[in-house]
Amino acid sequence: MRILNVLPIALRALLRNKTRSFLTTLGVIIGVASVISMVAVGEGAKSRVAGVFAAMGTNMLIVLSGSTATGGVAGGFGSLPTLTWDDLRAIRTQAPAVRWAAPAQMSKVTISNEDQNWTSTLTGSSPEFFDIRNWTIDKGSLFADADLDAAAKVIVLGGTVSDKVFGPGVDPVGKTVRIRAVPFLVVGLLHRKGQSPMGTDYDDAAFVPISTFQNQIQGGLQKFIAGIILVSAISSDDTTRAQAEITSLLRDRHHLANADEDDFSIRNLAEMANAQQQGTQALTALLAAIAVVSLVVGGIGIMNIMLVSVTERTREIGVRMAVGAKPWHILAQFLAEAVTLSMIGGLMGVALGSVLARVVAARLGWTYSTRVDMALLSFGFSALVGVGFGLYPARKASRLDPIEALRYE
Amino acid sequence: MAASGQELVVAKDLVKTYLLGDTELHALDGVSLTVNSGEFVAIMGSSGSGKSTLMNVLGCLDRPTSGSYVLDGMEVARLSRGQLAEVRNQTIGFVFQSFNLLSRTSALENVELPLVYAGVGRRERVERARAALERVGLGDRMDHHPSQLSGGQQQRVAIARSIVNSPKIMFADEPTGNLDTKTSMDVMALFQDLWRAGLTIIFVTHEPDVARFASRMIMVRDGKIVSDTEQQPLVAKKAA
Repeated sequence: MRILNVLPIALRALLRNKTRSFLTTLGVIIGVASVISMVAVGEGAKSRVAGVFAAMGTNMLIVLSGSTATGGVAGGFGSLPTLTWDDLRAIRTQAPAVRWAAPAQMSKVTISNEDQNWTSTLTGSSPEFFDIRNWTIDKGSLFADADLDAAAKVIVLGGTVSDKVFGPGVDPVGKTVRIRAVPFLVVGLLHRKGQSPMGTDYDDAAFVPISTFQNQIQGGLQKFIAGIILVSAISSDDTTRAQAEITSLLRDRHHLANADEDDFSIRNLAEMANAQQQGTQALTALLAAIAVVSLVVGGIGIMNIMLVSVTERTREIGVRMAVGAKPWHILAQFLAEAVTLSMIGGLMGVALGSVLARVVAARLGWTYSTRVDMALLSFGFSALVGVGFGLYPARKASRLDPIEALRYE
Repeated sequence: MAASGQELVVAKDLVKTYLLGDTELHALDGVSLTVNSGEFVAIMGSSGSGKSTLMNVLGCLDRPTSGSYVLDGMEVARLSRGQLAEVRNQTIGFVFQSFNLLSRTSALENVELPLVYAGVGRRERVERARAALERVGLGDRMDHHPSQLSGGQQQRVAIARSIVNSPKIMFADEPTGNLDTKTSMDVMALFQDLWRAGLTIIFVTHEPDVARFASRMIMVRDGKIVSDTEQQPLVAKKAA
């Protein structure tokens, strides 16, 4: 017998019991569909978390000044300026794992244009800031090092600020805004980032050179940075190294003894991002594991029905053997039935799972990521389930004694 | 087809013992038998005489507890399960009392079945199955399912199935047991037809009327052969 002859025999046997075949398949359909949709949901959560951290900044570390502790009241980080402009230069030049470093000083200001005004957060920084925070420009340009040196009165606006001050859809580049009566020339409009996970509007912000900020908004201290330093590591794998380099550099520069505590602190956002990523990854794995369990349960359903089928068709097996079916013919026939069941279930499961994943993604407003590898994997796994759980009933059938089988009532 | 007179079935001291609880039941108790090709043998006996067991052993469906059985030069005891299946497929045609057709499967497909396991291609399979069905006079019933056929027709489908692979010998276990007298006659006429065309046939029956159509009659009682005689076969006439 040719191996291909097995398939039509199996298909016909399955079609004879359509309802039963479908119900048997249902277990696998649900199993595969849950694998597909669970993994897609997990992937969606993962990419969402990744997106959130990408919006905050790339491989970002935040260096904060130390805290004052006067009379038992701890002032919190940044209350005692300890970071100097020389520290910033040292971080830029002497920490190999650091790609960019930028100072940042912030203040709430009211930005106005003739009859409209809007209160927003103004940040004074250097051009590196935009690289660190993943800001790109939509219109005009960012301010440059020359503007920093000249303390030029130029400003880069976030989308929301531009909307509020000039009206939606208006190109603000080349226009003037006033902050505390000081005119600033709008040189650039930033590409919109949307909301942070906490609901903060990233685009509700405006940026000026830090020298301008100190001259016009909030006077600084000569030697110290009255704000924070944002740092970007050269890669996501180097954030821990960058943190260590900056720590030892600053301790050295601040002449701290071994026993002294740091007079600054470093927040590693990349590490937080990684922890979040790992959390979602663990969630994905957990969901997938549960789904796999349901797939195995589906396989057991197939085995159950195949065992019933073998018992029911004992006489048929006897007849087939009497006219010359070899044990492997019978084995192949029942195995083909089990595998056909599970593969059809797998296909329908992939379809159903994809639809489910899409629905869930649409509901949560996530991007739906099609995982072809997961579809293939769970389809392959369902076929394997068919072989695995079909083997025992098929073997049982093939080992029947022809005369016993023919006598079976 | 084997030349007439050649030894096709050579059985020596066949014993088949069943264990029923604590007691041993000798269904076959030392049966020795030689059948030459071209013979038309009826094995007769009352129920429980061991004739069906003998038929199953000779038909390679069952194995004897002891004794030797050479079929067409092959020592059957030495064959594996796979080789036995091949013998059943190539050398033997088997007809059952209860027809044993696959239900919800057309007559044509039932007849094709041995050819499927013989690895014959689809086109040739259909051709040969058609020819076999026409041979048994069912050329117009090929697409009918067993449930749509009468008992006599079903048995003729089973006979077509048994001859489709051109076997050397046909075994029939009470082929007329489930049929009325008239259709029994038809079936025996068909058997004689096939026999005259050169097929060796051994069949079991408990009806003396049916046994008279054979060329040789063997009586079995309590698992032993009690008589073995040549006879002039009565010619079976097909009913109009």
